[in-house]
Amino acid sequence: MVVLWTDALIYLLLVVMLGLGLYLRGKEHIKRPLQKICRSKIGMVSLVVLLFFVLIGLLDSIHFKPADDKKNEIISVLDDWATPLREHGEKTYSSPFATTLYSKEMMLQADGSMQWGYPRLEFGGKHLEDTETQKIPDILQKTAYGFFQGIALTSLLMLIIVSMLRRGNVVQVAPAAGEGSSTKAVWLTLFIIIPVATILIHLSTHYHVFGTDKVGEDVFYQAVKSIRTGLVIGTLTTLIMLPMAIIFGILAGFFQGWVDDIIQYVYTTLNSIPGVLLIAASILMVQVYMANHEAAFTSVIVRSDMRLLFLCMILGVTSWTGLCRLLRAETLKLREMEYVQAATALGVKKTTILMRHILPNVMHIVLISVVLDFSSLVLAEAVLSYINIGVDPTSYSWGNMINGARLEMAREPVVWWSLSASFVFMFALVLAANLFADVVQDAFDPRRSGNE
Amino acid sequence: MTQYILRRLLYSLPLLMGVNILTFVLFFVINSPDDMARMQLGQKHVTEQSIANWKQQHGYDVPLLWNNQALGEEQITHTIFYQKSVGLFLFRFGVSDSGRNIGADIKERALPSLAVALPTLLVGLFVNICFALLMVLFRNSYLEQAGIVLCVVMMSISSLFYIIGGQFFIGKVLRLVPISGYDDGFSAIKFMILPVLIGVFSGIGSGVRWYRTLFLEEVEKDYVRTARAKGLTETQTLFRHVLPNAMIPILTGVVVVLPLLFMGSLIMESFFSIPGLGSYTIDAINSQDFAIVRAMVFLGSVLYVIGLLLTDISYTLVDPRVRLS
Repeated sequence: MVVLWTDALIYLLLVVMLGLGLYLRGKEHIKRPLQKICRSKIGMVSLVVLLFFVLIGLLDSIHFKPADDKKNEIISVLDDWATPLREHGEKTYSSPFATTLYSKEMMLQADGSMQWGYPRLEFGGKHLEDTETQKIPDILQKTAYGFFQGIALTSLLMLIIVSMLRRGNVVQVAPAAGEGSSTKAVWLTLFIIIPVATILIHLSTHYHVFGTDKVGEDVFYQAVKSIRTGLVIGTLTTLIMLPMAIIFGILAGFFQGWVDDIIQYVYTTLNSIPGVLLIAASILMVQVYMANHEAAFTSVIVRSDMRLLFLCMILGVTSWTGLCRLLRAETLKLREMEYVQAATALGVKKTTILMRHILPNVMHIVLISVVLDFSSLVLAEAVLSYINIGVDPTSYSWGNMINGARLEMAREPVVWWSLSASFVFMFALVLAANLFADVVQDAFDPRRSGNE
Repeated sequence: MTQYILRRLLYSLPLLMGVNILTFVLFFVINSPDDMARMQLGQKHVTEQSIANWKQQHGYDVPLLWNNQALGEEQITHTIFYQKSVGLFLFRFGVSDSGRNIGADIKERALPSLAVALPTLLVGLFVNICFALLMVLFRNSYLEQAGIVLCVVMMSISSLFYIIGGQFFIGKVLRLVPISGYDDGFSAIKFMILPVLIGVFSGIGSGVRWYRTLFLEEVEKDYVRTARAKGLTETQTLFRHVLPNAMIPILTGVVVVLPLLFMGSLIMESFFSIPGLGSYTIDAINSQDFAIVRAMVFLGSVLYVIGLLLTDISYTLVDPRVRLS
């Protein structure tokens, strides 16, 4: 097993989340908003979609060197599962479900003569004898097969979970009140997502579901691999930004005086530099650094991973200012509260006051801004990759897919599938994140909780 | 008032100094001028002599912060830091690494940037306010629900797709306007329609949502209830009472970005090949021209500081309760 830097940080993030979950379990002030989220249909459905993406991202974050390794490459568990997709490369563009290439070329016939036409694909639909008549029935048959497999799988899952709940040895999951409607919605989503996934898996072993790109790589595979990049940027940036924002924000608000002045000066300075330019400048520096230290980055995947990590760090450094300002304002308000003054009068140490009274009471702001930032970071990645200051051009990301496909829109006939694939995946992730963020904000923001 | 403005201007000096030091550290300390020279001249097969020549040509052949070999005040002035940053404060941007005059370039390119960014902002403001008002007028109805869902959906689409989709359908399939390009004078209008349209469209989702919350906050207030009790219709209260009051946060939010409009939009300009400052910056980033990037960073932060000052002043103009002190 090989642990890349971003992998390690993802594991760390998981541990932190688990620890936080255990710590907060059963705390009354957290329970109420959580129950509210559980009761919200939109919230639970979007959470299921998000978790599905996270699952794929996690599978893609466990890297290892395959045993029968010839090319000294590092692959992930997801790559291992998708080996047929990964290795079934064509020569160049082919449209979704195509059996022939997208452009005509000279072909060598069986009798030795040359002919101008569309050559058959090497892998897409090669099991078919007669593509004209067999293709559509074959696709339908595979779809039906995948569909029933998916339904069976989900039903099995449902059976297991329901029986476990019946036995009652599971921790009380959702409160009884209003549970029915959101549970139904969750099962409905699962009954849509899992069959769709199994259908895609079945079809993609025999066809290129989203076609192939310029160098003949399967677009579906690219889009799935991009999920990890999007998630990493959305989450690791937050992980890097949070300590800075929380510590500086609370210190500035609590101690005031010169501490406040310095911290305010720092974040106003950072804020006054246009964000994109600061990111561009930093990425340029990283590029020069990596060009000068080529020895440290042995393989392509290590290099693109380092660049991804640098990008997260840079985004984190440029984006902590907003949260810091919010926290500072909130702490200014909190330190005048009676319970804080009572603690001061009783002689409680300042660090204890910070940890026990201030920090827990600003956590809802942190949580809301984390979920709100996630979707904008995923969107930002695409834009940055377009300006060439995003992730490494060799790594899979939706931004790189869009960038590569953009020029092909001028082609006649249009190559539309790369763009559509990245659009569908990105839209699903960002929409789910936005909807979930809304629900979380509704549940945790005290100003909004009045209008129930 | 004047005193306040003067003090704010003085306060912005350490801010700009900080920006300058930060970019200096980023560009010259982390990567020495030697690295830059190697980057510009190509990574491999670069002789020491050619690096020295390049540095001499671009004025990078002096020490970074402190010149031991010079005498008197030249110990400070004869360094990269002094020579490259003092000019920025006087808006003398010097020459780019490829030898062009940056100041002249900026002057020439600011207008096209503004020509696209300003209409986008104004039309966008108008459209967003209209939709937000409509949603508030029909609040607690299915129409509003649909509007909210539509806003979230529109927010979730990357701006790149709006641009690519717009160029494809309006420019290529329908052939209504040219896909990209720019022209001098009034003939530029036909090139500007599409960027402005797409810019407005891609901002609707988040804009309408934001303005809607501002309006809703205002609608709940007591004076609006009084207005309704007086017998004003819902439309009258909205236009006569809610709108002017909600305009305060909206306008001050707009004033902050006004100076930054000169900088243009990075992606818009490069997609539509408009010769503005945004595409200038992108070109500089892609060709790794550090002098231009530094100048643009400085310009951007100056404009931001001006924007903050304008915001404070505009607060006193639209809201008489605020006094500057």
